Amino acid sequence: MTSLPKNKPKKKLGLVIDLDICVGCHACAVNCKEWNAGGHSAPLTDIDPYGAKPKGVWFNRIHTFEAVHEETGRSRTVHFPKSCLHCDDAPCVTVCPTGASYKREEDGIVLVNADTCIGCKLCSWACPYGAREYDEDEGVMKKCTLCVDRIYNENLPESSRAPACVTTCPAGARHFGDLGDPSSTVSKIVAKRGGVDLMPEQGTRPVNKYLPPRLKNIDKQKDQSAPRMLTHQDDSSDGAGLLARWVDKLLS
Amino acid sequence: MHPAKSVIFFTTASGAGYGLIVWLAMAALLNLLPLEAFFACVAFGLAFVLIIGGLLASTFHLGHPERAWRAMSQWRSSWLSREGLAAVLSFAPMGLLALYWLWPEQALLGQISGAMAWGSIIMALLTVFFTAMIYASLKTIPAWHSKMTVVGYLVLALMSGAMLMALLTMLWGYDGAGLFSIIALVFVLLGLGVKLLYWARLAGKKITSTAGSATGLADFGAVTLVESPHSTDNYLLEEMGFKIARKHAAKLRKIAVLFGFLTPILLLGLAIMLENSSLQIVLLFAGVMLGGIGLVVERWLFFAEAKHVVTLYYGEHAI
Repeated sequence: MTSLPKNKPKKKLGLVIDLDICVGCHACAVNCKEWNAGGHSAPLTDIDPYGAKPKGVWFNRIHTFEAVHEETGRSRTVHFPKSCLHCDDAPCVTVCPTGASYKREEDGIVLVNADTCIGCKLCSWACPYGAREYDEDEGVMKKCTLCVDRIYNENLPESSRAPACVTTCPAGARHFGDLGDPSSTVSKIVAKRGGVDLMPEQGTRPVNKYLPPRLKNIDKQKDQSAPRMLTHQDDSSDGAGLLARWVDKLLS
Repeated sequence: MHPAKSVIFFTTASGAGYGLIVWLAMAALLNLLPLEAFFACVAFGLAFVLIIGGLLASTFHLGHPERAWRAMSQWRSSWLSREGLAAVLSFAPMGLLALYWLWPEQALLGQISGAMAWGSIIMALLTVFFTAMIYASLKTIPAWHSKMTVVGYLVLALMSGAMLMALLTMLWGYDGAGLFSIIALVFVLLGLGVKLLYWARLAGKKITSTAGSATGLADFGAVTLVESPHSTDNYLLEEMGFKIARKHAAKLRKIAVLFGFLTPILLLGLAIMLENSSLQIVLLFAGVMLGGIGLVVERWLFFAEAKHVVTLYYGEHAI
C-alpha cells in the first residue's frame, strides 16, 4: 500500500547532521556504499567503475556550498552530506503506482521493495532532495534504508547498531536516533541547536534535521566586514606604531 | 527534466487517440455521421493504434515492463496508477462503441450505444486528465505544478483528435466534415491560447525554492555550490538536470507555435473556405502532419524546460 501509514509512526528514526562539524571527508558516503553494496538493497551497481566516466548508485552524497553574507561579505564554506530524509509526508511513497515504495509504520523508515518496483522513476521526480537513484543494471529504484539491516541486527555489538554513515564519521557530525521522542538525545540536540528542515516549503516534513553552523564571534560583531585584501589601502594610520604614524604624517 | 522519447510519444500519440475517440463518440451521440463499417475500421483503428502504441511506448522506459500490471494497484494515492487503471478500463466502452459502429443493426449494441458513447467520452477525458495530473501534482517541478498543465493536456488532446476527425470525415466526404474542420480550428486557437498562457505563467512565476532553503543556510547569505559530490554525472543530473533545451528554448517555442498552431490554423481556415474536396484533403493532411511535428516539439519543451528543485543541490540558485 503506497498510501502513507494511517497511524502516523510514533517512532521516527532518522539522522541529525551537524553542518558545524562536518569536514567534508566523504567517509560516510564511502562506508554507506561499502555496507549497502552487501545489504538490504544490494548491489549498488556501478556503471563503468574504472573507465573515464564512472557512475553508480550512492545513497549518500556530500556537496560543498559557500554562503556569502550580502552585507558583511563574510563567506563560509559548508560541507553538506545529503541522503534520504525519511519524510513524514513522503511524496515518493504516495506517487508510487505499484506499492513498492512504502513508509514503515513501526519506525517511519522509507523503503523500496525491489521485487515489485517497475522502475518508472516517478518517485525520483517526486523527491525534492534527490534521495532516490535508479539502478540501471537492476531496473529498480534504490535509496537509503537507514541501514535497516544494521540498526536491528542482533549479530552486531550494540554499539554498532547504527547506520554505517553514523558509525564511521570521524568528526562526530552525524547522530542517529528517534526524532519522534522529544526526550531522546537527538531531539534535544535539535532543540538546543535550532535544527532545520531542508526545503520546508515543499511540505514533505522531513524527519532528518540539519544543525546550522554555529555563529562565530566575528559573525556576532555587526560592524565586522570581510577581512581586507592585500590590495587594500588604509585611509587612516590609526593603530599603527609611533614611528609609522610619524612617517605617514611626514609623507601625506 | 530529461525528455524521454517514449514518454513524449506516449503523451502525444495517446492524447490524439483519446481526442479522436471523444469526437467519434460525440458524432455517435448526435447522429452526425452515417455508421459505415469501413470508416469505423479506419477511425477506431487509428485511435486504438495511437492509444495502444502510446501505452506500449510508455512501458519501454520502465526498468521492469513485465511488472507493469502492478501499476494499477495504488489508485487510492497515485495519479500514475489511476492513469493506468483508467487507460485499461476505457477500452470497454471504446471497444463496444466501435463494435456498435461496425454492426449498428445489432439490437443489444444499439441499446447500449448511448451509454457507451458517454462512457467513452468520460473515460477518454479522465485518462488524459490523470496523465496530466501525474505532472501537475509534482511540487518539485514548479513549472508543471499548475492547473495550466491539466488544461493544456486536455485541450491539446481534443485539438489533435479534432484534426484527425476533420481529415477522416473529409476523406469519406461526409457532411459532418465541415463541422469537424470548424471544431478543429476552434481547438487549435484554444490550444495556442493555452500554450501562450502556460509560457506566460512560466515567465512570471514566483520563486518556489532556493539553494538557501535547500541547504538551510539562507541566514548565512547567498548560497552557491562550490564542489559537486562527484566528478562525473550521476542519475539525478541525467534525469533531472537536463539543460540543452533552455539554450534553444525561444527558437523551439517559435517552431512549436509555427508548426503546432499557426500552420494548422492557416490550413484549416483555407480548407473551410474552399469547395474542392481533394484540395481540402491535402490541406487537412498537411495540417495533421505539421501539427503533429509541432506538438512533439511542444511536448519535448514541456519536459526540457521544466526545472526540478533537486538541481538546487547541483548549482542552480533559485527555481
